[in-house]
Parts: sequence; C-alpha cells; structure tokens
Amino acid sequence: MNFDKDLDARGLNCPLPILRAKKALSEMQSGQVLRIVSTDVGSVKDFQAFCKQTGNELLSQTEASNEYTFFLKRK
Amino acid sequence: MGATPDVALIEQIVRQRLDEILPQKIEEKLAEMKANKTPSMTIIATKGTLDWAYPPFILASTAAALGWNVAIFFTFYGLQLLKKDISDLKISPLGNPGMPMKMPFGPDWFKGINWNIPNLVQAGIPGFESFASTLMRQTIKNNGVADISELRSLCLEAGVNMIGCQMTVDLFGFTHEDFIPEVKEYCGAASFLPMAQEADVTLFV
Repeated sequence: MNFDKDLDARGLNCPLPILRAKKALSEMQSGQVLRIVSTDVGSVKDFQAFCKQTGNELLSQTEASNEYTFFLKRK
Repeated sequence: MGATPDVALIEQIVRQRLDEILPQKIEEKLAEMKANKTPSMTIIATKGTLDWAYPPFILASTAAALGWNVAIFFTFYGLQLLKKDISDLKISPLGNPGMPMKMPFGPDWFKGINWNIPNLVQAGIPGFESFASTLMRQTIKNNGVADISELRSLCLEAGVNMIGCQMTVDLFGFTHEDFIPEVKEYCGAASFLPMAQEADVTLFV
C-alpha cells in the first residue's frame, strides 16, 4: 500500500505510539496516508479506538513476526 | 359557547402529534449535540512519586491526542510534578507490597527474580529509596515506556491545561517560580469543581 509518511514506533510503549501518530497526522494533509510500525501489542486495540474517536480512517492493520503495521488515512 | 369543544379537540390533536414527533426530535437533537461536543476531562493529581506521576500524564496526553479538552489540577504532593526539574522523582518500595522488586539487567532468569526484601531491611539501608528509584528508571527505559519529563512536555504541547493548587503552594512554602511557567493558573477547590462539573470524565489520582 502506498503511503505519504512513515512512523517507526517500534520499541515504544503505551501511549507513545498513539501520541507520535497524532503528531505525525497533524503535519499531514487530509486524505494522506500514514504508515505506522509498532511492537506494542496494546497498540492494536488502541489504534482502533483512536481512529474511531478521531475520525481518521484505519485502512488496514497487519501483524508479521511481532510487528504491527497500521495504515491510517488522515481525516 | 360553541368554540369550547373545538379548542379541546385541537389541544388533543396537538398533544397527540407532539407525542408522536417529540421523542424522535429529542433523540436527533441529543445525537447532534453529542457529535458536536468536544469531550473533556479533568484530573486531580495528588501524588508526587515516580510511579504515580504516570497515570495523570498518560491519560492526559492520550486524551489530548484523541482531541479532548484536558485540565489537570495538581494538589498536595501532586505539585511535585509541576517542578521545573522532575528528573529526580523517586519511588518507594517501603510498605508497598504490590511493587515487584526486579532487576533491570542481567540474564532473563536473573531479571525474573522477585527480590522480597523485608520492610525492616529497606528502612535500615541508607539510600535504599534512591537505589530502587534508579532501578525503576532503568526498567522504564528498557521497556520503551516514556520518560515522565517527556510525557509532561507532550501534554503541554497538546494544550493540556495544568493548574496548581494555591493552598498547597502556600502550605508547603513553594513559590510560583518553583514551577514550570506553563502553569498559568493557581486556584482552589471552588474554581476546580465547576470545571469538573462540566467535564465528561473526572479522575482522582
């Protein structure tokens, strides 16, 4: 999937992946896509909740060898 | 009085119609108000140790990231969290049976040991608290958990309103210069409660 910005949140724990994502999104244009890679297992549920609350779209989330990849489309 | 029955009839029809449409209208209006309202949270932070510094700053920064309006009222020992330098916050394992005492270094089997140190020993060794605080800080670092100064900065960046309790400032002999300049407001319970009344979430930490 194509993305406009990449955020490496590996090794970071709650709530840092969300805070960094929020910051990255605020520097992006509406409709642009942010890719986030995280190792925090709690971030899976947290990104779902974050997107539901903020209205940014969670395009996809995948897991591969304990790394979680999220694609978020900015509102 | 020929008009009387008509009025009664009209009133009955109006009432009937209102009963039909009002519940739906009210529901629509409430949903609209809910959708347009920015959620808000107020937190009362009363503890000044390294461990208890986390809940208010984690919740406040996350709520701010979700787009909420957040205010934290720092009172009693919580005021320590507004000091300019909070890199030396301490944790005390003494009399805290819920706190695991594990080493943040060495092989996994060693890190897994829970050091059950009697209170009497903890109390008797000078510098035990500083030692435990150093270990805790290392554990925090090892686990990718945010440093408390960093979390506080993130809160401030996100516009979290930090309020100091003026009574406690006076009680402990602090001055406003002891605290970060981002604290714009010092007030008391009478100012905080109306804020909490308006908030969707209020927490006491």
